[in-house]
Amino acid sequence: MTRQFWLATAAMLCITSPVASETAPSAVTYVDGAIDVSLTGSPGDAAAGKKVMTTASLGNCVACHQIGTIPEADFQGDIAPPLDGVADRYSEAELRGLVANAKMTFEDSFMPAFYKTEGFTRPGAAYSGKAPTEDLPPILTAQQIEDVVAYLITMTE
Amino acid sequence: MQRHVARLATTLALGLALTGTAFADPVDDSLSIETDDGVLEIVTTTAAPAHLSDVMDTIYSGWHFREDETRALQRDDFDNPGMVYVDRALDSWNKAQGAKGESCAGCHEGPESMKGLRAVTPRVDATTGALMTVENYVNECVTDRMGLEAWGMTGDKMKDMLALISMQSRGEVVNIAIDGAAAPFWEAGKEIYYTRFGQLEMSCANCHEDNQGRYIRADHLSQGQVNGFPVYRLKDAGILTAQQRFVGCVRDTRAETFKPDSAEFKALELYVASRGNGLSVEGVSVRH
Ligand code: HEC
Ligand code: HEC
Repeated sequence: MTRQFWLATAAMLCITSPVASETAPSAVTYVDGAIDVSLTGSPGDAAAGKKVMTTASLGNCVACHQIGTIPEADFQGDIAPPLDGVADRYSEAELRGLVANAKMTFEDSFMPAFYKTEGFTRPGAAYSGKAPTEDLPPILTAQQIEDVVAYLITMTE
Repeated sequence: MQRHVARLATTLALGLALTGTAFADPVDDSLSIETDDGVLEIVTTTAAPAHLSDVMDTIYSGWHFREDETRALQRDDFDNPGMVYVDRALDSWNKAQGAKGESCAGCHEGPESMKGLRAVTPRVDATTGALMTVENYVNECVTDRMGLEAWGMTGDKMKDMLALISMQSRGEVVNIAIDGAAAPFWEAGKEIYYTRFGQLEMSCANCHEDNQGRYIRADHLSQGQVNGFPVYRLKDAGILTAQQRFVGCVRDTRAETFKPDSAEFKALELYVASRGNGLSVEGVSVRH
């Protein structure tokens, strides 16, 4: 069979059943904090990742981290290490693990786990202050995690 | 009055001497308030109470973490937007509003009879053994002695009255009892303070102890002290109780919050207030 055929089939599968190819939060395997394979099965989109990183209701990474490559995001926090040059310090797999659940790399980290759905004390439905009525979604989707990772791996110095 | 101010000034000087210049982040400033009765010195920086000695040396009012313009609003009662609510409460205090025409003034005379209360609450009531906030005391009078429906814990009537009562203790040193009958409530509050709530898994201590002085986006993280409550919040254009602030902070961790006046938040208020033992009651403070 041709390569084109396989690509076309893969693309179709993604469109018709995106969840089937995704790794669910509870099924993620961490090796020393890192996640080897893409959570969606394909690379993310760096431009979309940048948006996630600066949007308060999504990643909001700038709340805690300074990100010199995104100067247009104002009032960047100083809680955590600046992210510039982060791709020189970590591999793609390590970065994916850090974004999905930084506590797998840094024990008791203050950084929220963006791809985790269980094990919380009094979780709420997003920022409503109320108990969730449905299963808790992760803060970021698998696609958004991959988009953020795609942006982070561009951050070399 | 004279001696009272002198004692506060000594405490203030001691506090500054202990901190020195080591901690640059909270704004280095001091608060004297122009009031109708002259200038009142407020202790906004002092040595941490003994029970905090293993986590911090110095405690700061949230006033030190706000911008110049916000801090300035608290230096003169004439500029403090919170005083409107105090005035409104004074009318309520004097008004015959009980089922049989009772008023607060009828039983307590002037509001100055409430002097000192705010500095020691929440506390365990010596006669009933119940944990009492100022709001709980107010509602006890409203229901039992005036025959009315309880006032909403975060409703205007209650918050106005809290502001008026807090003003009577303004400048007094916070002195929350943490031992004896208060001990179990204090322990329960401490437990909550260090619990990492919500999907963000953050505790009060994560923000207000570990990261005090740092910026989380545009917000300069204070120690989360409650000596200034109720506060007038410029953002809300209204006054806010300590437990309302707790609701906001817990909600921001993507957690299911506790309700104002719940056993959990009452214990938490007692515990957080005790972390401010040594600071002055600020009456109605101003925050952004
Ligand atoms: C509430 C605070 C907070 C938020 C929000 C946050 N982080 Fe972090 N992050 C931290 C802290 C704190 C550390 C340092 C590790 C530690 O000590 O736990 C860290 C570490 C990291 C590291 C490792 C940096 C290094 O040089 O070691 C990366 C990469 C990272 N974060 C990426 C992100 C991304 C991407 C986002 C948003 C999707 C994000 N963080 C959101 C607090 C945060
Ligand atoms: C995600 C970070 C975060 C967490 C967790 C958090 N807070 Fe806050 N808190 C803030 C921010 C930001 C402010 C506004 C700036 C300031 O005063 O520190 C604030 C303000 C406050 C204030 C007002 C202080 C003043 O002088 O006006 C109090 C009191 C407070 N917090 C108590 C708590 C308590 C109690 C908890 C836990 C139940 C808690 N906070 C958890 C971020 C947090």
